[in-house]
Amino acid sequence: MREPDTAEPDGARRVASEARDRVRFEEEALALADQVYRVARRFVATREEAEDLVQDTYARAFRSWQSYTPGTNLRAWLLRILTNLNVDRGRRLQRRPDETPLEESDYYLANKVAQARGEEVLDQDRVVERLSQDSIVNALAEIPHDFRDVVVLVDIGDFSYADAAQILDIPMGTVMSRLHRGRRLLKARLADEAVQ
Amino acid sequence: MSDGDCGKCEQLLQGYLDRELSAAEVAEAERHLDGCDYCRRRYRFEESLRVYVRTTAVERMPPGLMEKLAQLRTSDPGTASI
Repeated sequence: MREPDTAEPDGARRVASEARDRVRFEEEALALADQVYRVARRFVATREEAEDLVQDTYARAFRSWQSYTPGTNLRAWLLRILTNLNVDRGRRLQRRPDETPLEESDYYLANKVAQARGEEVLDQDRVVERLSQDSIVNALAEIPHDFRDVVVLVDIGDFSYADAAQILDIPMGTVMSRLHRGRRLLKARLADEAVQ
Repeated sequence: MSDGDCGKCEQLLQGYLDRELSAAEVAEAERHLDGCDYCRRRYRFEESLRVYVRTTAVERMPPGLMEKLAQLRTSDPGTASI
Protein backbone atom coordinates (compact mmCIF):
# COMPACT_ATOMS: atom_id res chain seq x y z
CA MET A 1 0.00 0.00 0.00
CA ARG A 2 1.23 3.44 -0.93
CA GLU A 3 2.10 6.12 1.64
CA PRO A 4 0.06 9.30 1.23
CA ASP A 5 1.84 11.59 -1.21
CA THR A 6 2.07 14.41 1.30
CA ALA A 7 4.29 12.35 3.62
CA GLU A 8 6.98 11.78 1.04
CA PRO A 9 8.64 15.18 0.83
CA ASP A 10 9.08 15.33 4.64
CA GLY A 11 10.41 11.81 4.79
CA ALA A 12 12.80 12.42 1.94
CA ARG A 13 14.03 15.60 3.57
CA ARG A 14 14.62 13.78 6.83
CA VAL A 15 16.60 11.05 5.08
CA ALA A 16 18.70 13.62 3.22
CA SER A 17 19.33 15.57 6.41
CA GLU A 18 20.41 12.45 8.26
CA ALA A 19 22.75 11.52 5.42
CA ARG A 20 24.37 14.95 5.63
CA ASP A 21 24.75 14.66 9.42
CA ARG A 22 26.37 11.30 8.96
CA VAL A 23 28.86 12.58 6.39
CA ARG A 24 29.65 15.55 8.60
CA PHE A 25 30.20 13.26 11.59
CA GLU A 26 32.56 11.05 9.61
CA GLU A 27 34.56 13.98 8.33
CA GLU A 28 34.90 15.53 11.78
CA ALA A 29 35.95 12.17 13.24
CA LEU A 30 38.54 11.60 10.48
CA ALA A 31 39.98 15.06 11.04
CA LEU A 32 40.83 13.94 14.60
CA ALA A 33 42.51 10.68 13.54
CA ASP A 34 46.07 11.89 14.06
CA GLN A 35 45.26 13.07 17.59
CA VAL A 36 43.48 9.82 18.38
CA TYR A 37 46.41 7.82 17.03
CA ARG A 38 49.01 9.61 19.15
CA VAL A 39 47.15 8.69 22.33
CA ALA A 40 46.52 5.12 21.11
CA ARG A 41 50.21 4.70 20.30
CA ARG A 42 51.19 5.29 23.92
CA PHE A 43 48.48 2.96 25.24
CA VAL A 44 49.91 -0.09 23.47
CA ALA A 45 53.34 -1.57 22.84
CA THR A 46 53.62 -1.49 19.06
CA ARG A 47 52.69 0.63 16.09
CA GLU A 48 50.73 -2.26 14.59
CA GLU A 49 48.59 -2.61 17.72
CA ALA A 50 47.95 1.12 17.72
CA GLU A 51 46.87 1.02 14.08
CA ASP A 52 44.50 -1.90 14.77
CA LEU A 53 43.09 -0.18 17.80
CA VAL A 54 42.43 3.04 15.90
CA GLN A 55 40.82 1.14 13.02
CA ASP A 56 38.55 -0.79 15.40
CA THR A 57 37.68 2.48 17.11
CA TYR A 58 36.67 4.17 13.87
CA ALA A 59 34.75 1.11 12.69
CA ARG A 60 32.71 1.20 15.89
CA ALA A 61 32.37 4.99 15.83
CA PHE A 62 31.04 4.96 12.26
CA ARG A 63 28.54 2.23 13.15
CA SER A 64 27.26 3.96 16.28
CA TRP A 65 27.57 7.57 15.13
CA GLN A 66 24.00 8.32 16.21
CA SER A 67 24.89 7.86 19.87
CA TYR A 68 27.26 10.85 19.62
CA THR A 69 25.64 14.10 20.75
CA PRO A 70 26.59 16.89 18.34
CA GLY A 71 28.32 19.79 20.05
CA THR A 72 29.96 17.61 22.71
CA ASN A 73 33.64 16.69 22.72
CA LEU A 74 34.05 14.32 19.77
CA ARG A 75 37.72 13.61 20.51
CA ALA A 76 36.79 12.50 24.05
CA TRP A 77 33.93 10.40 22.64
CA LEU A 78 36.32 8.62 20.26
CA LEU A 79 38.86 8.06 23.03
CA ARG A 80 36.15 6.58 25.23
CA ILE A 81 35.46 3.97 22.54
CA LEU A 82 39.17 3.36 22.09
CA THR A 83 39.78 2.93 25.82
CA ASN A 84 36.91 0.44 26.14
CA LEU A 85 38.15 -1.58 23.17
CA ASN A 86 41.65 -1.58 24.60
CA VAL A 87 40.43 -2.87 27.95
CA ASP A 88 38.08 -5.44 26.34
CA ARG A 89 40.81 -6.95 24.25
CA GLY A 90 43.44 -7.01 26.95
CA ARG A 91 45.83 -5.49 24.46
CA ARG A 92 47.17 -2.88 26.80
CA LEU A 93 50.75 -3.08 27.96
CA GLN A 94 50.36 -5.23 31.04
CA ARG A 95 52.28 -4.35 34.15
CA ARG A 96 51.66 -5.42 37.69
CA PRO A 97 50.09 -2.54 39.56
CA ASP A 98 52.81 -1.06 41.70
CA GLU A 99 51.40 -0.44 45.14
CA THR A 100 54.67 0.26 46.91
CA PRO A 101 54.74 3.64 48.57
CA LEU A 102 56.44 6.33 46.56
CA GLU A 103 58.08 8.83 48.83
CA GLU A 104 59.67 11.02 46.19
CA SER A 105 58.20 14.47 45.80
CA ASP A 106 56.90 16.11 42.63
CA TYR A 107 60.21 17.94 42.57
CA TYR A 108 62.18 14.68 42.69
CA LEU A 109 63.65 14.93 39.20
CA ALA A 110 64.33 18.67 39.44
CA ASN A 111 65.98 18.16 42.84
CA LYS A 112 68.21 15.37 41.51
CA VAL A 113 69.32 17.57 38.62
CA ALA A 114 69.88 20.55 40.93
CA GLN A 115 71.84 18.38 43.34
CA ALA A 116 74.08 16.96 40.63
CA ARG A 117 74.66 20.08 38.56
CA GLY A 118 73.75 23.11 40.63
CA GLU A 119 70.54 24.95 41.36
CA GLU A 120 70.99 27.48 38.54
CA VAL A 121 70.98 24.78 35.87
CA LEU A 122 67.20 24.47 36.39
CA ASP A 123 66.85 27.87 34.77
CA GLN A 124 68.00 26.42 31.45
CA ASP A 125 65.33 24.91 29.27
CA ARG A 126 67.86 22.60 27.70
CA VAL A 127 68.31 20.60 30.87
CA VAL A 128 65.45 18.26 29.98
CA GLU A 129 66.76 17.75 26.47
CA ARG A 130 69.45 15.51 27.91
CA LEU A 131 66.68 12.92 28.11
CA SER A 132 66.41 10.92 24.90
CA GLN A 133 63.14 10.31 23.13
CA ASP A 134 63.57 6.57 23.74
CA SER A 135 63.99 7.06 27.45
CA ILE A 136 60.76 9.03 27.73
CA VAL A 137 58.83 6.51 25.63
CA ASN A 138 60.28 3.59 27.61
CA ALA A 139 59.68 5.27 30.96
CA LEU A 140 56.04 5.87 29.99
CA ALA A 141 55.65 2.24 28.90
CA GLU A 142 56.98 1.04 32.26
CA ILE A 143 54.35 2.88 34.30
CA PRO A 144 51.52 0.53 35.39
CA HIS A 145 48.64 0.98 32.98
CA ASP A 146 46.11 2.51 35.36
CA PHE A 147 48.51 5.37 36.01
CA ARG A 148 49.86 5.54 32.49
CA ASP A 149 46.43 5.85 30.88
CA VAL A 150 45.78 9.05 32.84
CA VAL A 151 49.25 10.49 32.18
CA VAL A 152 48.89 9.76 28.45
CA LEU A 153 45.42 11.34 28.24
CA VAL A 154 46.39 14.50 30.14
CA ASP A 155 50.04 14.99 29.18
CA ILE A 156 49.98 13.72 25.60
CA GLY A 157 46.30 13.93 24.67
CA ASP A 158 45.94 17.32 26.39
CA PHE A 159 42.63 16.30 27.95
CA SER A 160 41.24 18.04 31.03
CA TYR A 161 40.85 16.08 34.28
CA ALA A 162 37.08 16.04 33.66
CA ASP A 163 37.48 14.62 30.13
CA ALA A 164 39.94 11.99 31.36
CA ALA A 165 37.46 10.99 34.09
CA GLN A 166 34.71 10.61 31.50
CA ILE A 167 36.89 8.68 29.05
CA LEU A 168 38.13 6.23 31.67
CA ASP A 169 34.82 6.17 33.57
CA ILE A 170 36.48 6.91 36.90
CA PRO A 171 35.89 9.73 39.42
CA MET A 172 37.83 12.95 38.98
CA GLY A 173 39.57 12.44 42.32
CA THR A 174 40.92 9.13 40.98
CA VAL A 175 42.17 10.89 37.84
CA MET A 176 44.05 13.35 40.02
CA SER A 177 45.60 10.75 42.29
CA ARG A 178 46.61 8.47 39.40
CA LEU A 179 48.06 11.40 37.48
CA HIS A 180 50.01 12.46 40.54
CA ARG A 181 51.46 9.01 41.06
CA GLY A 182 52.01 8.34 37.37
CA ARG A 183 54.01 11.52 36.93
CA ARG A 184 56.11 10.76 39.98
CA LEU A 185 56.84 7.28 38.64
CA LEU A 186 57.81 8.78 35.29
CA LYS A 187 60.21 11.22 36.94
CA ALA A 188 61.73 8.54 39.13
CA ARG A 189 62.48 6.50 35.99
CA LEU A 190 63.99 9.49 34.19
CA ALA A 191 66.10 10.67 37.10
CA ASP A 192 69.10 8.38 36.59
CA GLU A 193 69.52 9.40 32.99
CA ALA A 194 68.99 13.10 33.65
CA VAL A 195 71.92 13.35 36.04
CA GLN A 196 74.41 11.22 34.07
CA MET B 1 59.80 32.19 52.85
CA SER B 2 58.93 29.23 55.04
CA ASP B 3 59.30 25.59 54.00
CA GLY B 4 55.57 25.19 54.51
CA ASP B 5 54.90 27.68 51.72
CA CYS B 6 57.17 25.77 49.33
CA GLY B 7 55.42 22.54 50.29
CA LYS B 8 52.06 24.12 49.50
CA CYS B 9 53.42 25.49 46.25
CA GLU B 10 54.63 22.02 45.28
CA GLN B 11 51.15 20.66 45.97
CA LEU B 12 49.58 23.29 43.74
CA LEU B 13 52.14 23.29 40.96
CA GLN B 14 50.94 20.32 38.89
CA GLY B 15 47.36 21.57 38.94
CA TYR B 16 48.65 25.04 38.09
CA LEU B 17 50.50 23.71 35.03
CA ASP B 18 47.38 21.73 34.08
CA ARG B 19 45.23 24.88 34.40
CA GLU B 20 42.94 23.02 36.77
CA LEU B 21 43.20 25.26 39.86
CA SER B 22 40.55 27.60 41.18
CA ALA B 23 41.18 31.33 40.84
CA ALA B 24 42.08 31.53 44.55
CA GLU B 25 44.59 28.70 44.21
CA VAL B 26 46.13 30.26 41.09
CA ALA B 27 46.58 33.52 43.03
CA GLU B 28 48.15 31.66 45.94
CA ALA B 29 50.57 29.76 43.67
CA GLU B 30 51.55 32.90 41.74
CA ARG B 31 52.07 34.92 44.91
CA HIS B 32 54.50 32.31 46.14
CA LEU B 33 56.24 31.84 42.78
CA ASP B 34 56.78 35.60 42.50
CA GLY B 35 58.77 35.63 45.71
CA CYS B 36 60.53 32.26 45.68
CA ASP B 37 63.51 31.47 43.42
CA TYR B 38 63.57 27.85 44.52
CA CYS B 39 59.99 27.15 43.46
CA ARG B 40 60.22 29.33 40.36
CA ARG B 41 63.15 27.24 39.09
CA ARG B 42 61.16 24.11 39.71
CA TYR B 43 58.16 25.59 37.99
CA ARG B 44 60.28 26.31 34.87
CA PHE B 45 61.77 22.84 35.02
CA GLU B 46 58.37 21.17 35.32
CA GLU B 47 56.98 23.28 32.51
CA SER B 48 59.81 22.45 30.11
CA LEU B 49 59.64 18.78 31.10
CA ARG B 50 55.92 18.76 30.20
CA VAL B 51 56.59 20.29 26.81
CA TYR B 52 59.47 17.91 26.18
CA VAL B 53 57.49 14.80 27.15
CA ARG B 54 54.59 15.94 24.98
CA THR B 55 56.73 16.59 21.93
CA THR B 56 59.02 13.55 22.19
CA ALA B 57 56.33 10.98 23.01
CA VAL B 58 54.17 11.98 20.08
CA GLU B 59 54.28 9.78 16.99
CA ARG B 60 52.50 10.84 13.87
CA MET B 61 49.95 8.58 12.28
CA PRO B 62 51.64 6.07 9.94
CA PRO B 63 51.18 6.70 6.21
CA GLY B 64 48.22 4.82 4.83
CA LEU B 65 46.20 4.67 8.04
CA MET B 66 44.01 7.61 7.05
CA GLU B 67 43.00 5.83 3.83
CA LYS B 68 42.16 2.68 5.80
CA LEU B 69 40.01 4.70 8.19
CA ALA B 70 38.25 6.48 5.34
CA GLN B 71 37.36 3.08 3.87
CA LEU B 72 35.52 2.25 7.09
CA ARG B 73 33.00 5.01 6.46
CA THR B 74 29.46 3.73 6.33
CA SER B 75 27.77 6.73 4.74
CA ASP B 76 26.63 6.48 1.15
CA PRO B 77 29.75 7.32 -0.84
CA GLY B 78 27.53 9.18 -3.32
CA THR B 79 26.41 11.66 -0.65
CA ALA B 80 27.93 15.01 -1.43
CA SER B 81 30.30 16.49 1.08
CA ILE B 82 29.13 19.66 2.78
